[in-house]
Amino acid sequence: MTEITVMGARAKLPAPSWRTWLGVVPFFLFAILFLFLPSGRLLVGSFFDDQGHLSFGNILELVEQPYILNSYWLSIRISAVTALGGGVFGFLLAYAVTIGGLPRSLRTALITFSGVASNFAGVPLAFAFVATLGRTGFITALLKTYFGWNVYDRGFSLYSFAGLALTYMYFQFPLMVLIMAPALDGLKREWREAAENLGASTTQYWLKIALPILLPSILGSMILLFGNAFGAYATAYALTGGTLPIITIQIGAQIRGDVLHNPGLGYAMAMGMVFIMAVSLAGYSWLQGRTERWLR
Amino acid sequence: MSGVRRFPFWSWVWFALGVLYFVLPLYATLDFSLRMERGAIGFKAYQAAFAATSYGGFWPAFSLSLQYAVLTIIASIILVVPTAYWIRLRVPQARRVVEFITLMPFVVPAIILVFGLIRVYSQPFNIPFTSIPLIGSLTNSPWGTGILMVAGYMILGLPYMFRSVDTGMRTVDVRTLTEAAQSLGANWFTIMVRVILPNVRTALLSGALLTFAIVIGEVVLASYLGINSFGPYLFLVGQHRAYEPAALTFLTFLLTWVAMGLIQLITGGQGQAAGAH
Repeated sequence: MTEITVMGARAKLPAPSWRTWLGVVPFFLFAILFLFLPSGRLLVGSFFDDQGHLSFGNILELVEQPYILNSYWLSIRISAVTALGGGVFGFLLAYAVTIGGLPRSLRTALITFSGVASNFAGVPLAFAFVATLGRTGFITALLKTYFGWNVYDRGFSLYSFAGLALTYMYFQFPLMVLIMAPALDGLKREWREAAENLGASTTQYWLKIALPILLPSILGSMILLFGNAFGAYATAYALTGGTLPIITIQIGAQIRGDVLHNPGLGYAMAMGMVFIMAVSLAGYSWLQGRTERWLR
Repeated sequence: MSGVRRFPFWSWVWFALGVLYFVLPLYATLDFSLRMERGAIGFKAYQAAFAATSYGGFWPAFSLSLQYAVLTIIASIILVVPTAYWIRLRVPQARRVVEFITLMPFVVPAIILVFGLIRVYSQPFNIPFTSIPLIGSLTNSPWGTGILMVAGYMILGLPYMFRSVDTGMRTVDVRTLTEAAQSLGANWFTIMVRVILPNVRTALLSGALLTFAIVIGEVVLASYLGINSFGPYLFLVGQHRAYEPAALTFLTFLLTWVAMGLIQLITGGQGQAAGAH
């Protein structure tokens, strides 16, 4: 947020002439052509019925059709579960390598690995999990051989909600590590010392000082993880082949061929998704702003 | 942290769990990919994967992805560097809206982006408010599809490229550099290519590597635009084969690892997170 001071200082300068603005025109032109025009097309399209009349019917139908509603709900559940799980686990890991007393070298290794894993998604990730937890996967075989557990007889399947959630976790918790590590670094030593001088226990320090400071950051990061999972498509498609109808997979089917028999409803479905993503990003930046007052 | 610290038992537990979660799928994939020959450990799956000719073959698909990655990186640099520079130098008023735009890929994921791109550019594009065609349908020509692919990847990589470059420019004083170059008689092109670009090369490299990691295995844009690049190829092979996809998966991981490792190396631990899968 050092930008604010810079901008404040420059604000006194006279407004730039229109010629100066020309320098950023290519960027805006690019954004309009390949970002705003396509998303605007979907937005406008969602307000027209299949006869081309202006209507709110598509938006209303989003919440009326169980087929669509279930897909949103499934996406929301899988995103929430992996955001919560990935958030908690990622936080504990970030804690361990920042202020948890582990050697410094482990921190570098974990951060690098988190960078890799948070980028390792889509088709390869799905295949890696098939090799691990699929019917003949490594862990599946290991559990069968050494513990006599056939997890597939016990109701587990990689190609189900639980399996997809475990797979998503592979890119979810590393993202949490990457966001939380700097925030945990921002906890000042003086706060802890002051608390200890006043006789606070470790538990009291965490409950009354550290967690309240970190809470907006933790929640904000979890919201970011939620959006991260919500927009995922390739991982789920490669893993389940479309049998788990999360919203991105339904949208994919709608692009391939108008499965809803109503293009406008397809656009509305896409826009509903954009709306949820926008709300979560807004929530993230609001909470992030609240943390930055303390952690600089 | 008063006194002598106890052995950080729980920290080690979390760390060990994390390492297991990271490593097990990779180990399982590697292990599986080495067992193509019954009763023996060997690289047969890798040889078979490279030699494959079905579904268009590995090398054509992979080199196509490489080309898209390189084109995307070059086009992104040409778009982002002058924009970030100009914002820093002359129009700080534009910063907020440009930053907002660079965050849009977190709101408009790849599947929505490609949906919109197809809907807009599958029809001939008329001059607004007239029926005079300006350009034909982009999705019907290889050339047009290529433009959509690169543009789409530029959008997806925008958050990382812009932030990388912008952070790079914060650490060098672009204003002073520009004034110095101008007083020596340099024109804008010279300033950009010989002064600004070399000074933000670390940032460029890290942005480029992240873009590379995004593009190389990308499947959504490629499959919906009908491009047989590496992502769709891997998916197809995975539908019909067992060992070769495991081999290719492991190689993809190594590639991502190299890209991220290099970022870590050149930025000294200030690498960024991607996301939006």
